[in-house]
Amino acid sequence: MTDTVPTRTLVIEREMPHPQEKIWRALTEGHLIEEWLMTNDFQPVVGHRFTFRATPVPGWSGIIECEVKAVEPHSRLAYSWGTMGMESVVTWTLTPTEGGTHIRMEQSGFPSEESASYKGAKYGWRNFIGKLERVVGGLE
Amino acid sequence: MQAATDNVFRALADPTRRAIFEELTRQGEQTVHALTRYAGVSQPAVSKHLTVLKRAKLVRHRREGRETHYRAQPDALAPMVDWLDHYGAFWRDRFDRLENLLKRMDK
Repeated sequence: MTDTVPTRTLVIEREMPHPQEKIWRALTEGHLIEEWLMTNDFQPVVGHRFTFRATPVPGWSGIIECEVKAVEPHSRLAYSWGTMGMESVVTWTLTPTEGGTHIRMEQSGFPSEESASYKGAKYGWRNFIGKLERVVGGLE
Repeated sequence: MQAATDNVFRALADPTRRAIFEELTRQGEQTVHALTRYAGVSQPAVSKHLTVLKRAKLVRHRREGRETHYRAQPDALAPMVDWLDHYGAFWRDRFDRLENLLKRMDK
């Protein structure tokens, strides 16, 4: 038996005119990550558990539970991304190009039925993402 | 709409149900007997899984004589596509911020 069909993957790619090393810093140094993503206690160490924190809203703690899955300096970084009972994996891949670096972000994953936070979730995914965008996206 | 999303997520959170759904997507219509052979679990277990998939509108059934035939309804995956759209917007915004940060780091 396989379980491939419903595991959907989101891929976002962009080339940026900056060297790999510099982008790697932005992806792996806590104070830099905070500037473009969220407050965190990230460490580039496989197995390290950390959290991303956004402003809590009713029905959502604002916490994303993560664990570092892969660290290949300057080229590949992966961490699990768990919130609202949905566990996914975010993988960053950096490839040098003539003018800079090609950045690929892949997020794949699915909610786990066992998760207490999923069962207790007052708000579902659509609401959550909407809030996430408003709260941490600075749109309000 | 929210309930539909939850049902789809819950239904597909189970690996056996994912496998059954995938099998129906691949092979087209199947009887409960055929699905039981495929899934390698008891028929009552398969029937329970099919009930969950039916509630999420991921499968439809029809009776023919003593057999019940099931087929996949891939349209029910639409809520997941919404989810991808939302996360897509989120990450694109983050890419913009990352790009801005990288520019500032030059200085």
